[in-house]
Amino acid sequence: MQPLERHSARIICEHCDSLYEAIPLQAGQSAYCLRCGAVLDRGHRLSIEQLLALTVAAAIMLVLANVFPVISISLQGLTNEVTLWGSVQALAQGRITLIALVVGLAIILAPALQIALLFWVLLHARRGEIAPGFKACMRALEHLRPWSMLEVCLLGILVAIVKLAGMLDVHAGTGLWAMAMLMVLILLIAGKDIRRLWEELGVGHS
Amino acid sequence: MSNIPYARDQNVCLCHVCSYVCPDGVQTCPRCESPVHVRKPNSQARTWAFLIAGLIFYIPANVLPVMDTTLLGNRSENTIMSGVIEFAGSGSWDIAILIFIASVVVPCIKFLVLGMLLVTCQRRSQWAKRERARLFRFIELIGYWSMLDVLVVALVAALVQFHELSTIEPRLGILFFGLVVVMTMFAAMSFDPRLIWDAEVENVR
Repeated sequence: MQPLERHSARIICEHCDSLYEAIPLQAGQSAYCLRCGAVLDRGHRLSIEQLLALTVAAAIMLVLANVFPVISISLQGLTNEVTLWGSVQALAQGRITLIALVVGLAIILAPALQIALLFWVLLHARRGEIAPGFKACMRALEHLRPWSMLEVCLLGILVAIVKLAGMLDVHAGTGLWAMAMLMVLILLIAGKDIRRLWEELGVGHS
Repeated sequence: MSNIPYARDQNVCLCHVCSYVCPDGVQTCPRCESPVHVRKPNSQARTWAFLIAGLIFYIPANVLPVMDTTLLGNRSENTIMSGVIEFAGSGSWDIAILIFIASVVVPCIKFLVLGMLLVTCQRRSQWAKRERARLFRFIELIGYWSMLDVLVVALVAALVQFHELSTIEPRLGILFFGLVVVMTMFAAMSFDPRLIWDAEVENVR
């Protein structure tokens, strides 16, 4: 068997199993697989401190997006408003409760966990330390990523507004603006880019 | 292009969770302790299973109503298609097209593309490998946008609750539609795109 150190300088394309020597990339550069065209690696635009700052901002936006209503409507003097949690509850009725769990995961639980885990690992990474439970946190982040659907939720809110605008008075709530900013922040911090911590912190092999 | 070495010929394999280059024969990644496989286990059988489950759920998702609207005494039930037609009829073409793409076109493309990828991989086809690889990445990218309709129904049902005047309730169809999305997401996750390229060489376990 070859020494393990040699392996870290190599990259395998996850889409076609091609093996490459890794070369350092500048910010904004991307490396593509010659065989299948998939992205192999991207240069990092943000430092650990910047990522941590964006994570804190995302945490604040998450709280605001959940506390304030995202849409409010009025009909003949009556008003109603909905929060993200309220829309999950609306699905939790009798036989269809299962779908409420999926939606709750997609728009509240997964983003909240992503932000909490990122905060934990980045807070320690900033000081060059490996956070307690680092491996479990990083694995959880990988498995949460496909189930975090804030982009879809934002489009859903906009469609719901247009849909109801025909028959009622509809107003965008504070939660919607927080939601829009949260979506951008999550795109910046929760991507595959976080895998760099394995290399940068030099997490050992057991 | 065939000069690029394959990882398994160099006796290494990829950890999907942390991208570590693992030595061959390990069961768990030495770095992140996730299970490591040369290829996703039973990839074709699992993908077929999730795909067929998704197809079966797609029937009630389209036939059953997704929501029940009571507006000033008039009660009506909407399926996904009737909702799209209603939007188009009232002149909101943009929203009608958006919902049609998210809830009809995207799931159908997923069924067709994944089915095509599975069949071509089982026949070890050499045809358009690069394009098929690109198609799979496209499927992974667009998959979860089908959740749009579920979220719209959830928001609208939570908002329009004016007791006597008007209410909107979610119906069973939305559960099946959500399950279609989840099943097709699982199907795409369990498909191993490296199977497309394995047709070039001997069978890889």
